[in-house]
Amino acid sequence: MLGPERKILSVTEITRKIRIYLEETFPQVWIQGEISNCRRHTSGHLYFTLKDEAAQISAVMWQSNLESLLFKPEDGMKVIARGAITVYPPKGNYQIDVDKMQPVGIGELQLAFEKLKQKLAAEGLFDPRRRKPIPVYPENIGIITSESGAALHDMKSVLERRFPSIGVVVLPVRVQGPGSAEEIAQAIGDMNRYGRVDVIIVGRGGGSLEDLWAFNEEIVARAIHASRIPVVSAVGHEIDFTISDFVADLRAPTPSAAAELVVRDRAELLETLRNMCYTMQQTLTDRVNGCFNRVKSLVESYSFNRPKDYLREFVQTLDEFDRSLQLKFHHFVELTFQKHLNFSQRLESTNPRGVLKRGYTMVRHKGTVVTSSKKLEVGERAVIEFHDGEVPAKVER
Amino acid sequence: MSARKTTKGSFEDSLNRLEKIVESLEQGQVPLDDALKLYEEGIQLSKACAEKLKAAEMRIKKLAKNADGQFELQDLE
Repeated sequence: MLGPERKILSVTEITRKIRIYLEETFPQVWIQGEISNCRRHTSGHLYFTLKDEAAQISAVMWQSNLESLLFKPEDGMKVIARGAITVYPPKGNYQIDVDKMQPVGIGELQLAFEKLKQKLAAEGLFDPRRRKPIPVYPENIGIITSESGAALHDMKSVLERRFPSIGVVVLPVRVQGPGSAEEIAQAIGDMNRYGRVDVIIVGRGGGSLEDLWAFNEEIVARAIHASRIPVVSAVGHEIDFTISDFVADLRAPTPSAAAELVVRDRAELLETLRNMCYTMQQTLTDRVNGCFNRVKSLVESYSFNRPKDYLREFVQTLDEFDRSLQLKFHHFVELTFQKHLNFSQRLESTNPRGVLKRGYTMVRHKGTVVTSSKKLEVGERAVIEFHDGEVPAKVER
Repeated sequence: MSARKTTKGSFEDSLNRLEKIVESLEQGQVPLDDALKLYEEGIQLSKACAEKLKAAEMRIKKLAKNADGQFELQDLE
């Protein structure tokens, strides 16, 4: 029975001891089980039971931890929950305070990937219509990757081989580990602020899902989406798909492939230039020859020679006209002459000297014509004028 | 920001212009005088493009921010 040496504990005291014992022994455990009695309290906390065939344990997940949950817990779901074992004194039962939980069978990263992918897709970040065209002939390329990685080395050798006449600006970042996503996002922003590149390649070489994880982070996806400069995503190997690949303007299967996609082959381009020069020369030569032939055929053509005919006709007409003009002129002159002749004849008939021809004479005395016998005195001298001359005379009586 | 324009201008624009010229010469719709001018321009453009392409050295630099937060290009180790 109860003896004095026995220490008597209150319920509170034993509960406290149990609590300390349990919490110190199981500060973090992983438990796999099936969710049942799942209910979300109005406070936002989630209460449920984890059970298997033979046992069950109460579980609680506080509102603050629920936000990081990548799926919606439902009854019947098999999950792995992480948390601390605690005791709830008012009811005297122990429970697990879950801080992380994921469905069995799907990796957490996979889950996060799917969740972010769905979210960004719903926001339209993967809309192909939002993709910016990659410049066909970039002159400056921005590369965001690890300075020591194989990716940079691979891209450099591809660029050097295909298109040495290009400017490359490298912005070194850490591509894995804590803070790398933030660094990559910052670098994309910086490259845009720097501005003097035509296209950005962001990426890294192959690795595990965890190694590539920075390129599945929302902050990187948003930075790529916000970039004014077209972004080519080049992460890992052909089989690796990241969120960055979906949101980028172009996905390259590998960093080397990104370099190949971004620059044309210089030799090819030079060949194109040569072809264009040849085409220009050829078309222009054809053109000039064509023009020459056209001019030649025009010169020889009936239509072109018509003006000559016209000219000839015109000259002929002119000659005819000239002839008729001359005729008319002669006629006119003749007519005028005739008229003049008649006139002079008529004039002649009124000339007093005409009378003289018919045998009359004219007597002049002191320069005036004597028209009366009474005007001359005896002994005066006068002149008698004939049509062919004159003779002096003296009045005798 | 129009900073991009500074690198974009030359080569791609030249090449696009050259393509246009070749095209219009091929179509043969332009008057001969203009065609001759276009040809001259085209030859100049193709020369300029080829010269750019023949620049042998790849210019590779590292982008860094100095103390004032200004960008500067450094040699890559």
